[in-house]
Amino acid sequence: MVDIPEHLLQRSAEARAKALGISVEQALAEMKGESDPTVISKEPEVKTIDETPAPAAETPAPAAETPAPAAETPAPAAETPAPAVKAEEKPAAKAPKADTPEEVDFAPEVKVTQRLLTVVKAKPIQKSVSEPVDKVNTWPHLMLPEFVSLMAMTAFLIFLSAILQAPLLEEANPNVTPNPAKAPWYFLGLQELLSYWDPQIAGVMIPLVLGVVLWMAFPYIDRNPETHPSKRKFAIMFYTFFLAGAGVLTIIGVLFRGPGWNWTYPWIDGIWFDDLLDWIHFE
Amino acid sequence: MQKLSLRDRIKEARVSASDSFRGGKLMSSIFRPGSPFRKGYVDSPRNRSYVVMNNVLYHLHPVKVKRHGVRLSYTLCLGGLSFFLFIVLTITGIWLMFYFRPTELAYVDIQTLQTSIAFGSLVRNMHRWGAHLMVLVVFLHMSRVFYHGAYKAPREFNWVIGVILLLLTLLLSFTGYLLPWDQLAIWAVTVGGNMAGYTPVIGAQAKFGLFAGLEATTATLLRFYVLHVLFLPFIIVIFMAVHFWRVRKDGGISGPL
Repeated sequence: MVDIPEHLLQRSAEARAKALGISVEQALAEMKGESDPTVISKEPEVKTIDETPAPAAETPAPAAETPAPAAETPAPAAETPAPAVKAEEKPAAKAPKADTPEEVDFAPEVKVTQRLLTVVKAKPIQKSVSEPVDKVNTWPHLMLPEFVSLMAMTAFLIFLSAILQAPLLEEANPNVTPNPAKAPWYFLGLQELLSYWDPQIAGVMIPLVLGVVLWMAFPYIDRNPETHPSKRKFAIMFYTFFLAGAGVLTIIGVLFRGPGWNWTYPWIDGIWFDDLLDWIHFE
Repeated sequence: MQKLSLRDRIKEARVSASDSFRGGKLMSSIFRPGSPFRKGYVDSPRNRSYVVMNNVLYHLHPVKVKRHGVRLSYTLCLGGLSFFLFIVLTITGIWLMFYFRPTELAYVDIQTLQTSIAFGSLVRNMHRWGAHLMVLVVFLHMSRVFYHGAYKAPREFNWVIGVILLLLTLLLSFTGYLLPWDQLAIWAVTVGGNMAGYTPVIGAQAKFGLFAGLEATTATLLRFYVLHVLFLPFIIVIFMAVHFWRVRKDGGISGPL
């Protein structure tokens, strides 16, 4: 045990002396175990508290671990099976313990107050508003599947990288324009649109207005609070059309456009998309 | 006292050595209470909570999640995989930076990387296919979120951040596309940059700013390189932090439907 600094002892002795109405020297002596503790023999009030979460309801911590209301007296009562107010016989039992300076007992009167303070009915203090949600521990129920899926992704990526060589053509030469010159695949849908419409519309207005502004504002436009697909058919339809359109345009741009942006068939004329050079061989 | 067999004695010695190491000062200084790597981990609800709560993971995951959300078929882990691919791309990208100069030597550096450096070809392939995969996975993640209606209140703003993250992913991929400095790279970027030139009013300026000139040159290469390895990753990490934080603040995973 640690030595209690003298000033702290002094301070608590003063507080104790004030509380019990005894002299400071007496309190100090009691705390050091040099004299018998002063016992207040006033009978405590036992009252039932219903629904008022007053501070009085805060019985000492050990009580919380035993569910029966009878056990709501502090721990020492557990030694005596009957929960009645028979605590007065206790202090003598523990007082000798305080004879060594290491085990200064600051509140010996606690022993005489082990009695039924309150009976708190098993009702919640607050009324819960939200419905209980079925939850599981993140570890291991979420983190293990995550770990497995990222391992699978790593394996897939290494496998892909081992069998498919990333393209590297001749060195960049601004004077030799390849025919066709294609953008990265995720822009090929746009490049395909560019071949239909004016670039101001297809190249700027559609990606900027439709792709960015409308897309970001979507949650503020769609105010339907339902999430089930059957109750938001328009939104589902809208997105699916967008997905299908973007997919078709991208596939056309990647596979079906050859020199001069003319229509070609990949199984006849080959693939005119260099990123796929190592992917598919027709010859 | 019964005599132990050799096998039992070896097992006992192994267990006690493992215990004294896992209970030692080093391990308890590294792993916080409740960690499965510490001595005496038992599978209890309290320890299951501690694994997350006493861990840096607590910044990412709550202690408990909704039961329907851990079903693989609900999210397909797409958001997590996007983040994971970003980490893979960061690691392989930093490795590639050791061998790459964004000058007229860029093409030679890539050739050297592929032919003369151990695992050079593999790491370059992982970076390239990983980047394509990330664009795809981010897009699929967005589609998943849309079909679940997960962008609805209170998650509207996180959808906005998600769209920004998609655009940043596209920009990262696009700026990286130029770096090999071959015919594929320069002409793909020329096509993309010319699209920026069609912007109303500021088209010419946008194109000039993107190319650092009138056409794709080594100045463009340097510009795209700095954007690719420094500026855009920096920005995307900030938006990712907000995105993950909002997921939790908006009540965790959406649904169930």
